Amino acid sequence: MARELKKLESLLASGKLSRREFIKKTTALGLAAAVSPALFYGTAKASGPIKGGFFRLGISNGDTTDSLDPAAITDDGDMVINWCLRNNLVEINHKGEPIPELATNWEASADLKTWVFKLRNGVEFHNGKTLDSEDVVYSIMHHLKADSKSAAKGILEPIKNIKADGKNQVIFTLESGSADFPYILSDKSLNIIPAGTTDFQDGMGTGGYTLVNFEPGVKAQFKRFPNYWKEGRSHFDEVEIMCISDLSARTNALRSGGVEAINACDYKTIGLFEKMPGIQSIISTGTRHYTYPMLTNTAPFDNNDVRLALKYAINREEILDSVFSGYGQVGNDHPIGPSQLFFASELPQRTYDPDKARFHMKKAGMQDHTFQLITSHGIGDVSVDSALLYKEHAKKAGIKIEVKKAPADGYWNDVWMKKPWVGCRWSGRPTADWMFSTAYASGANWNDSRWENARFNKLLVAARAELDIAKRREMYVEMQQIVRDDGGVITFVFPSDLHAASDKIKYKDLAGNTQLDGGRCCERWWFEG
Amino acid sequence: MKNILELTFKRLLLGFGTIIVISMLIFIGVEALPGDLAEAILGQDATPETVAAFRAELKLDLPPHVRYVEWLGNFLQGDLGNSLAGDRPIAEMIGWRFSNTFFLAAVSTVIAVPIALILGILAALYRNTAFDKTISIVTLSFISFPEFFIAYILIALFSVQFQFFPSIANIDDGMSLFEKLHSVLLPSLTLTMVVTAHMMRQTRASIINILSSEYIEMAKLKGLKRLRVIVVHAFPNSLSPVINVVALNLAYLVVGVVIVEVVFVYPGLGQLMVDSVAKRDIPVVQASGLIFAVTYVLLNLLADLLSIVTNPRQLNPR
Repeated sequence: MARELKKLESLLASGKLSRREFIKKTTALGLAAAVSPALFYGTAKASGPIKGGFFRLGISNGDTTDSLDPAAITDDGDMVINWCLRNNLVEINHKGEPIPELATNWEASADLKTWVFKLRNGVEFHNGKTLDSEDVVYSIMHHLKADSKSAAKGILEPIKNIKADGKNQVIFTLESGSADFPYILSDKSLNIIPAGTTDFQDGMGTGGYTLVNFEPGVKAQFKRFPNYWKEGRSHFDEVEIMCISDLSARTNALRSGGVEAINACDYKTIGLFEKMPGIQSIISTGTRHYTYPMLTNTAPFDNNDVRLALKYAINREEILDSVFSGYGQVGNDHPIGPSQLFFASELPQRTYDPDKARFHMKKAGMQDHTFQLITSHGIGDVSVDSALLYKEHAKKAGIKIEVKKAPADGYWNDVWMKKPWVGCRWSGRPTADWMFSTAYASGANWNDSRWENARFNKLLVAARAELDIAKRREMYVEMQQIVRDDGGVITFVFPSDLHAASDKIKYKDLAGNTQLDGGRCCERWWFEG
Repeated sequence: MKNILELTFKRLLLGFGTIIVISMLIFIGVEALPGDLAEAILGQDATPETVAAFRAELKLDLPPHVRYVEWLGNFLQGDLGNSLAGDRPIAEMIGWRFSNTFFLAAVSTVIAVPIALILGILAALYRNTAFDKTISIVTLSFISFPEFFIAYILIALFSVQFQFFPSIANIDDGMSLFEKLHSVLLPSLTLTMVVTAHMMRQTRASIINILSSEYIEMAKLKGLKRLRVIVVHAFPNSLSPVINVVALNLAYLVVGVVIVEVVFVYPGLGQLMVDSVAKRDIPVVQASGLIFAVTYVLLNLLADLLSIVTNPRQLNPR
């Protein structure tokens, strides 16, 4: 019951459920009395964010190899630290929409190939320099250099040319039209730095905090930047981000008052936090998902009946309930999350059906085959646990699955995309186009099922340049259906991101696009007065 | 005296040889791990292009023996090189972490050694009484638990239940000595519990061993008190094995604290090494490994010398 309530609460918090619907559902379940009053009033009643305080955040990601070079941002630890110091041209709000950040507005030509971004006036870097178009061009080009190691290099490939047009305007020319281009500029790597920067360790940027001290893999300390341009943001006087990779150490730090918030809590124990006085859980669901991709160019997975049989043989609901303690939503064998703009809610949810699984497997003539599924604790224990449950589900459909565990070291290079059937985890992408282009388009670098579908590829290109939103939606729905029914990826769950914090922490409109309030908790959250 | 100098020199040479061998073992070990830094850092985001750019910049495309020789040459000249990952000088990364590790070891030593010696002497004094058995059982129980278990018990008790001490031993240069001590008390207590039993048992055993010798019999016949017999006559003569065990435990406090550092998120050398292994930052792993090896070799050397100095028979061999 409590789990049901949590689910409803997270739906409400992410705006997928109206308050009226929420009250109706909780009343129907007899849960109305158990609803946390904070959900409705706690943040709304407060007279708005209050400035002050020393916020300490314990994060799971953080290595001695971290750097303040935007081209070296690879994980969510780097992301949170960089968004204290710097801004992007575009920000993603809690509804998953692109909103102006350092750009005030943008316009595209009719063919969606030329994009003009107008910059905000009078934005100041921490050293007093005023932001102009040269900085923006430099910051983007930083990732496109010939010897670039940036993870963003791939997503910037469609850009043919960037040029400054006067002090306050930047023009991007793309290879082909793309309606979703502004989303790209919200990527965690694409922070704006002053033109000519070659040493990034001073953390120079336009962000809400200035750097006091940065010791990679240990901690980063910040002070509020008094001249921050963004109104109603960056509330804490001081921020300290501590790298605490051990889950128990993170938990203890929060319980003993050593930090005010932590991320990456355990699905099995987050419930205990909710019972502890003085501590709240903060839960969001976004685009992250767990998958079991099969190489569709390799037998036996080149046979769609085998793929369908394996898709029908997994009990997603049970995995969500027992491995993820119910925190999250089941997947429908395509990578678009329920919170996303073009999510195909009209597509029927694929459910566990041993009979259909048996039928398809028989049709493929593979009843006696033993399928080897390789996964690793490196992806997360949940991937291994889910695989073990899956094995039992499949057994009821007469399908034999052998689960093999590979070491975390080298998993992404030696197993993923190399072995025929493996476990994988995706952080997801803010748009359907971005996600499909990254991992499902023909020839994409990370097409981890080596899947090729002519109709899908045609739709993908067409939808990119389609201006009519209803028509675009139609195309994306069809693409989701094709991936679901023909693709080589079993997408079984979109898990929630679990955080816990002192109940003095307040926030409004929690974003779910990535963990930690879209990676921007340090500037979005505040202390209760 | 000449003996001692000669011995020191010989042992130093041997130690140097040991360290060269260890450096090779470390290099081979790291080399044998699957994947390299470029792949480890880029992870799932790796493309062949970015991995190649990474490798070329880090000279990972050179054959291993070339990299090893170049690195060892620089190391012998005192240049630890740069971290592959962050371009930062390794000396800068290791320096303050090593002093942190050393600080934790020192605090633990100051707590553990007197406790162990005093308990050992008392145990010998009240041999085979309930008191003797109780301390043996208690200290041996502590040593039998895994370190992280003791650490979590201490955290649950002293930082979650009663918020006396922080669960995160977060120290930096801006802190006063008292603040630092407050911060590292729980990890030092954990380490104390782990190392006390060994030293205590050794003290007890060697004192009891000496107690059966003739000159102790003589002292007893003279009518000296038991405590005086043990502290003045037996203990100094049992020092030599005790010093060996103490040195071994000190070495352990410096090089074996990886788990404790991780549990308490203590910014020491052990945690740096774990992190660097995960990221395949070979020069950092090698440098930390070698520093550990040097510490171990030097402490053992010191223990040998001290046990010779405290033993007149070995100091002036016939």
